[in-house]
Parts: sequence; C-alpha cells; structure tokens
Amino acid sequence: MFAKILPYLLAGISVGGQYALIAIGYTMVYGILRLINFAHGDIFTVAGFIMVYAAASLPLTVSVPLVIILTVILGVMVEKVAYKPLRTAPRMSVMISAIGMSYLLQNLMWYLTGGLAKQYPTLPWVSNTVTVLGCTTKRVTLITPFLTVLLVVVLVLLIQKTRIGMAMRAASRDFETAQLMGIKINNVISFTFVVGSFLAAVGSMLYFSNYATVSPTVGAMPGLKAFVAAVFGGIGSIPGAVIGGFVIGICESLIKGAGLTTFSDAFTFALLIVILAVKPTGLFGENLTEKV
Amino acid sequence: MKTNNHRKSWIALLIALSMLIVLTLLDNWSGTPAMLLTVLRKGSIYALVVVSMNLLNGFTGLFSLGQAGFMLLGAYTYAVLTVPVEDQSAVYQRYATGGVGFSITETLSGAMGQFGLLIGVIFCLLLAGLVAGVFAWLIGLPVLKLKSDYLAIATLGFAEIIRAVVMYEKLGPVTNGSNLLYGFTNFSDFHIGGLKLDTVMPFIFSGLCILVVVLLINSTYGRVFKAIRDDEIAAEAMGINLAKHKRMSFIISSFFAGISGALLAMYQASVQANTFKASMTYEILLIVVIGGIGSISGSAIASFLFVGCSEWFLRFLDNDTKLKNFNAKLIFAIVFGLVVVGLAALIFRKTRKMERMEKLWRQIPVGLLCLGLVAWDIWFVISPNLKLPLLRSGFRMVVFSVVIMIVVLFFREGIMGDRELWDMKRRRPAANAKAGEPK
Repeated sequence: MFAKILPYLLAGISVGGQYALIAIGYTMVYGILRLINFAHGDIFTVAGFIMVYAAASLPLTVSVPLVIILTVILGVMVEKVAYKPLRTAPRMSVMISAIGMSYLLQNLMWYLTGGLAKQYPTLPWVSNTVTVLGCTTKRVTLITPFLTVLLVVVLVLLIQKTRIGMAMRAASRDFETAQLMGIKINNVISFTFVVGSFLAAVGSMLYFSNYATVSPTVGAMPGLKAFVAAVFGGIGSIPGAVIGGFVIGICESLIKGAGLTTFSDAFTFALLIVILAVKPTGLFGENLTEKV
Repeated sequence: MKTNNHRKSWIALLIALSMLIVLTLLDNWSGTPAMLLTVLRKGSIYALVVVSMNLLNGFTGLFSLGQAGFMLLGAYTYAVLTVPVEDQSAVYQRYATGGVGFSITETLSGAMGQFGLLIGVIFCLLLAGLVAGVFAWLIGLPVLKLKSDYLAIATLGFAEIIRAVVMYEKLGPVTNGSNLLYGFTNFSDFHIGGLKLDTVMPFIFSGLCILVVVLLINSTYGRVFKAIRDDEIAAEAMGINLAKHKRMSFIISSFFAGISGALLAMYQASVQANTFKASMTYEILLIVVIGGIGSISGSAIASFLFVGCSEWFLRFLDNDTKLKNFNAKLIFAIVFGLVVVGLAALIFRKTRKMERMEKLWRQIPVGLLCLGLVAWDIWFVISPNLKLPLLRSGFRMVVFSVVIMIVVLFFREGIMGDRELWDMKRRRPAANAKAGEPK
C-alpha cells in the first residue's frame, strides 16, 4: 500500500513546493495591493521560455542567473505598466488590467515562440534520476521541498528583520497610513514584485525540470492553483501560502494516483469554494472588518 | 411623453425589421463576402454573451468570471438534446450506449416541418438557458456572499469544475466525454422555401434576448441592480434585499450566457468542452471593457468590432506579406507614421488630463517609443526591403492585446462609457461627474 502511494506522495510534495513558491508571489501582492495578479502565472511561464532560449546558447552558470534577472525585470515592468497607472482606479479596473496583461503575455509568447511546446533543458544533477525507498524519481522532486522551505525562511527573516520588510508589513496593514508615515510606497510595491518574480523564476525552473516542456498557456493552471493555495492559507500570510501549496499539491497528486485525473483541477477549485464558504480568511488570514 | 414613447418603439421596430430584411438579402445574395456573414453571425452571438456579462459586471457590480462555464452548460444541453437519432451511434462511437435516444428538434420538425423545427429549437434554447440558470442558482448559494475578487476567483473555479465534470469519462454516454458533439440542428437547417436564414436566425434569437435584458435594466429591477453596483451599503439601507437581487442578476445573466452558449454551438455546428476555458471568459470580459462597462449598446458594438477584427480585418497580420512596389510601401509608411503620431498625441493628451505630478516622466517612454517607431518608418522607406516585418502567425493577437491594454489603461470608459446609443442625443452632464465604484 505505502509503496504504491509513495511515488504520488513524492510528486505531490514536489509540485506542492512549486505551487508554494508561486503562491508567495500572489499572496504578497494581494497583501499590499489587494489585487489578484493574474499575470503572475504567465510571468512564471515566461521564465520557463527564457530558460529554454538562454540554455540553448549559454552555459548554465550564466543562464540561470540571467533567467532570474530577466524575470524580475519583467515582473517589475508589468507592475509599472499595468498596475501603477491605476493605483487610484476602482478595484475592478485593476483586475481587468491584470487579466489584460495576462492575455498580452500569453499572446506575445505565442507569437515569439511560434506556439509550439518547447523542450525544457535538462539541468545537470537536478534532473538526474534517483531511487528513494524503492521508488525512482528525479532529484528535483527531492530538492524542491527543502529549497522551498529554505527560501521561505529567508523571506520571513527578510520581512521580519529588515527595514524594507517592515515597510512591507506596514503597507499591507494600511496602505494610506503607511504613505503618510513616509514610506515610499512605490519602492515597496516594486520590491514586492521583485521578490514574487524571483520566486516564480525559481519555481519555474523546478516545475519545468519535472514536466519537460513549456508552452505559452501552460502557466495559467499552476498560476490559478497557486492562487487557490494562497487563499487557502489565508491571503497575505506567507506560511499560509506555503502550507496551502503543499496541501493542494499532495491532494492533487493523490487524486491523480486514484485514477481521477480529470478531477484533480476540479478538486482544487472545490477546495477553494469550501474554504471561502467556511472560513473566508483562510487558515492563517487576519480578520479584517469592512469599514463603512 | 406617452406618444413619444410609442413613436420610439415604432421606430425601433422599423429599424429592426429593415435590418432583418437586409440580412436576409445579404444571406442569399451570392456576392456577399463569406467573412462578412461569419462576422455577423458570430458577432451577434458574442453580443448576447457580452451583454449577459455586462448585466452582471457592469450593472450589478458583481465581478464574476464564470461565463464560459455557463455557456458550456447551455451548449451541451442544446447539443445533447438535438443530435438526430440515427447519427447518435456515430457521434457517440466511443460509448456503446451513448446518446439520449431522442432528438427534440428532429421529432418536432418531422411532425410540423420548419415551424416544428423552430419550436423545437426555441424550446431547447430555453432549456439550455434554464439549465445554466439552475446551476447558477446552486453555485450562487455559497459564492454570492463573497466580495469582489474572491467572487471572481470562485466563479472561475466553478467554471473549471463544470468543465471537468462534463469531460468526466463516466458521463460519456450523455456528454461524449472530451470528444466532439456534432451533427445537431444548426442554423443552416432553417430556410423558407429556398431562402437561406443562416444569418438572420442568430440575429433574431440574440436580438430578442438582448431586448429582454434592456427591458430588465430599464425596469425597477434594473434600478435596484444599479443601486447595488453604486453602493451596496446605501442600497441595503434603502431596504433593498441584497442577497435576493444579487442572486437574481446572477441567474438571469447565466440564463442568457447559457442561451448564447447554445447559439455558439449552433453556429460552430460542433461543440467540445475544451474550448470553454477561462481564456474565453477573459476574452468576453475584455470585450465588455472595450464596449464600456455598463452599456448594452457598447457591448453589442464592441462584440461586432472584436469578432470583425479577429476574424476579418486583422487577419492580414497573421500572414507574411510582401508589398508590390515602392509606391505601396510609401503609402504604408505614411499611414503607419500618421497612426503612430496620432496615437502618441492621444496618449499625451490623456496623461496630461489625468495626472499633474510626474507627467513629464510618464511621457518620456511614450515619446521615445513614438520617435523610435517613426525613425524605423523612415528607415523602412529608404531600405530596399519590400517585405513587411513582424507579420507572421500570432501577430494579430499581439496587436489585439496591446490595443486592449491601451483601452484598459487610457480609455477606461471604453467606446460608450455607461451611455447607450439611444441616449446619445440627450445631454447628460451627470455622466461625467460619475465617480467609480467604492473601494
């Protein structure tokens, strides 16, 4: 029994870690801007494509940092172009802008890559197969959870101990008051997007090493699922997003193992609706009262 | 006042009738470009679904992203019920006991000819709407309590769940799993004698539905919806039952989305669950924005524009094009340069109006981009190259999404804002002062 479940469990933990990394990007942006960054899943895909093209002509030691840097630049640019001009606009407009941005990125990727799925480069050592407890898997599966936890610990330290972290916490508590207290709100937001895109880039490397191909719309689903993970854990809470990511990844993988692959996506959304109906603030979310 | 209203309805009726006659002529005249007919058909169907989304997002202020799911329900309801009996074994070839064993439209048209066919189609369309409406009611129970973006993501999730369930293998005998459903009654089955009605029928169906929505919006219910949109708390304080009216708006919107899904299935003559993805909802939402959130006529215009551009006018962007001679290139370059300069000027004016601070900084990238494009334009004229650059498969959608982003960022009002075509003559100073929704 256990031997049967183990491969799915391992895959679930791995994909859960990847969801967690994307989910942090969602949860941080939502925490500060109260905006679902629909384009985040596409930024994740773009990172995958950049890797495909970079690794084709450059050695890995150059292409990995290059991917991270370009993804971060893209993330910040998306914020500057699509969200910053709408800072005072109604929330619906900003969300529509986010959807439009996602549409634009998808179409742009389609155009630039010809719409075909591209083979993701194999990263040495990471993509090698290893045997754990009698089941064969790629090494990336084992690395992901540890790397995720490590990155999250660093991130939490960053938010708790540094000045910019303090500014972020202040901005997510009360946007306007934070501005009045002299916090450069635009810098804080840019920094949020830097961190989110960085984690998306790392997540994309791990995710695509596992799945081997990148195509323009492949990021939409993991993006939405990561968002569900963020909601599940309580939007705005980083440990919540991580736990949400792991829960969703593991459940999904087990459902696939049970032979109900069509329902693995549906399950995620059912979970979302249940959590929203029962505890809208999520597992670790703060209870915000609506002001009239 | 009363006679004035009467006169208005007569004029509207006259316009509608003459439009139908023109459409019938277009349909049967052999010289009509096939693309025009495609645009008219698909555009009219899109108009309905866009209007249904506008009813929810623009008039009630509920940000829902479930439209594709409800369209899917409508399309499948319609398709399953109208596949002719003898075709069912072929359509459901992967399932031994596939098909429902009857076809409503076939039975009725067998008994009463064209009239029976019409009755059957109307019945099935209504049923398609009802199924979508019932599901909307069920979904609305937990979901409508949620606030803006949570509602959006929950409805999006529901659409995905519906898609997964329809594609479920065990339901295959009814829904044909993830395979195509085809062969059901579509628009080409309608004709009066030798007269084709392919384009008129979608217009009639979606036109009637849109008319119902317009009447609804101008009724007391419509005013309640708008009150909820403008300020939920104030509306509640005025004694409006929020839950009831939100549910109502959601169900009605889904009802029409279901019908439009069925119409889309009729237009395509085949239906597959995999096409009703979240990206479809996004597309519909973007059309709503282009048309103007809160304007029915804007939605209709934008639908035709969108479908026209994506199917027809902008098709050339997807093909490699070689200009014939230098003169053609010169004309192209001049037009291109004018468009670039014009757009830049528009954006400059807009940013100057919107912002006082930082305006210089904001204008620099636009100015640089404009200069760059003009420089390229001049270089292109000088260079001996005749092949238009950038044009290749996929470019159309890029241009499209860029235009949409420009609309979203700089022309948030869309084509019509929240005005209607029939109100254009009336002065409405209040419309400019209208503030956005709270929060």
